[in-house]
Parts: sequence; structure tokens; C-alpha cells
Amino acid sequence: MAGARKPAEPAGRVSTAKPSRVEAAAWLMFSAGGMVTALLVPVLMLLFGVLFPLGVLTPPDHAGFAALLSHQLVRILLLGLCVLALLHWAHRFRYTLFDGLQLDRTRTAINVLCYAAVLAGSVWAAVVLFA
Amino acid sequence: MPDTITLQVARYRPESESAPTLQEYEVPLREEWAVLDGLNYVKDHLDGTLSFRWSCRMGICGSCGMTVNGDPALTCGTFLTDYAPGPVRVEPLANFPVIRDLVVEIDDFLHKLPEVKPWLVRDDDGGVDDVEFLQTPEQLDAYKQYSMCINCMLCYSACPVYGIEPDFLGPAAIALAQRYNLAPATSAHQRLDVLATDAGVWACTYVGECTRACPKGVDPAGAIQRYKLTAAARTLLPWGKR
Repeated sequence: MAGARKPAEPAGRVSTAKPSRVEAAAWLMFSAGGMVTALLVPVLMLLFGVLFPLGVLTPPDHAGFAALLSHQLVRILLLGLCVLALLHWAHRFRYTLFDGLQLDRTRTAINVLCYAAVLAGSVWAAVVLFA
Repeated sequence: MPDTITLQVARYRPESESAPTLQEYEVPLREEWAVLDGLNYVKDHLDGTLSFRWSCRMGICGSCGMTVNGDPALTCGTFLTDYAPGPVRVEPLANFPVIRDLVVEIDDFLHKLPEVKPWLVRDDDGGVDDVEFLQTPEQLDAYKQYSMCINCMLCYSACPVYGIEPDFLGPAAIALAQRYNLAPATSAHQRLDVLATDAGVWACTYVGECTRACPKGVDPAGAIQRYKLTAAARTLLPWGKR
């Protein structure tokens, strides 16, 4: 049955809040991550998941890939893609937990865990790419 | 087409009931009858104790918003024939406290609305009385859709975030703020302290149900998304001064 909520007390909000720079930064990274992932990942999936396996395009040989990946700019771009994609995931996932699973009371812990996972994933990506 | 249709109407009489119940009424099914006409038939002919709000019957006043078969809708613009052969379930708007039957309390919104200053605010103190501010058709188009809001509360009822986070400023208030942010004669950053907060645009997770529910074609979800970029630029960038 709709509408069983008690009135907010006191009714309405008191405007004492400050603009949140942290949320702004988290959203901006989420937004950038979504954009970059949506642009780049389908291209990579099309190449490596469809066109190369089906033989529509001839993939470069191992030496060619190794040479491509040894270029610093390629490594930086791939690291950027990994980090931004992880930041996108973290923002979406924490709100899924807050709102979807109603875990709002553990907000701080979830934030810490999500962004710690981003840090760990980013470090891992950097190690794989640069080590 | 059958001659009648069953309305299952939520009843809640706080003096005698602890929880709402559904009561069935058989009303005439006429091609030109909206759900509101069915409710008025109940009120006039079957049960005078039924309480609900309505006024204009033409989608202008925003009074008759209710939950029809689970979806928030203006009952004056929702036709019984679309639900034939029925039954049609009519409940109060979700996410609001119920005062009686189909009447909800919207005090929370009425307290939030003035916080976003839904009027022209200028940086200089010249006021708008002495000067005529001209605007181009393009400038008008930028905000016109947001000015169509009739405060019917369907977007708040549809918003799952407002349902679990009552502090959330909400779709209509932010869309109206954006209406005045985008008007050329006003200062756009006056509302930053209210909008760029955890309870402001950052609470929105872009579900988009507000825009789907709006009977006036306003796009509150779009307004909120647009303001997120403005808020991020103004709070983070060194040149995004307030």
C-alpha cells in the first residue's frame, strides 16, 4: 500500500549543508570513466572478440603487439582506461549498495572499500603495464 | 465495452483505522471519463466520505495526482477505458504521508521549494522592476520546459531515491532551480549552496523515473544531470568561481 511514510521531522530541510567537493569529484570521475569506457571498450571488444578471431582482420603478430605495448603513450592510455573504468564502477557500485540494498548506514565503510578496490586495481594495472 | 468498471480505492481514516484498506466501488464506464470522474461519481452518488484533492480537471492545477494501478498519474488525464475491463486500483501518491484516503501531505516539498529560490535572482541590486530584460528565442528554449512544472508531485512519487532518502531536494525543486539558473536575466550560481550538496543533485542516481512520470513534458532527470556538470565545474575548477 502506498504512502505509509511518517512526516519528516522537522518538515523540510534546513539549508546548512555545504557544496560537496568530494561528491563532485567522485561524480566527475564516474562520468569521465563512463564516457571513456563507452568509447574505447566496444572498439577493443570488436577487434579482439570478433574481427580478429573471425579472421576478418589480420591481427599483428606477437612482436607487433609487444612493440605497440612497449610504447609509453599506449601504456599511459591503457592505464588511464583501467583507472577511469574502475572509478566509474566504484561510484555506481557504492550507490547500488546504499540505495539498492539499503546499506546507507554503512556508507563510510562502503566508500572506503570501493575506493580502496579502485586503488588496488589501479596499482595492479600499473604493475602489469609497466613492470 | 462493459457498462461499469470497478474502482479499488485506498481508504484510510486515521481516527478509526491504523492502516489503509482497499474499498471497491462500481462506477459507470464511459468513453470520456477519466479516473477522476469515477472518483467524483463515487463521492456524489455512492460514498460521500471519500476524500481526494482535485480542482481544474484539465492537467493544469496539479492537485489530482494519485497512484493508478501502481503508477503515479494525474487522475484527470488518465482514462477509465484504458483500464477496461478493470479493476482500477487508485491509491495515494507513494513516498508521502497520507492524511486521509487519497490525500497526501506535501509539506516537505513546500519547505524545500523556497530553498532553491525559484524566482529571478540577480548579482547586482538593480532589481527587475526598472529594466526590461530581453531574451532570444534560443535563450527561452533553454529553460522553457522546466517552467511547465505544475508541482503535482508525480516525480517525487516516482523517485526511488526520494523514497529512501527524505532529505533529497527532489526532481521538481531542482528542475525549477534550473529554470531560473538558465534564465538569461539571472545569476546562475546563487543556488549552488543548496543544489551542489549531498541532499541536492549528488543524491540523484539518474534513475530517470521522474522524467517518465512527468505529465507536462518536463525533464527533471536531465535538469539534474546538467546541473551536476555545472556543480562539479564550480566547486572543483579554480576558474569555476562562485
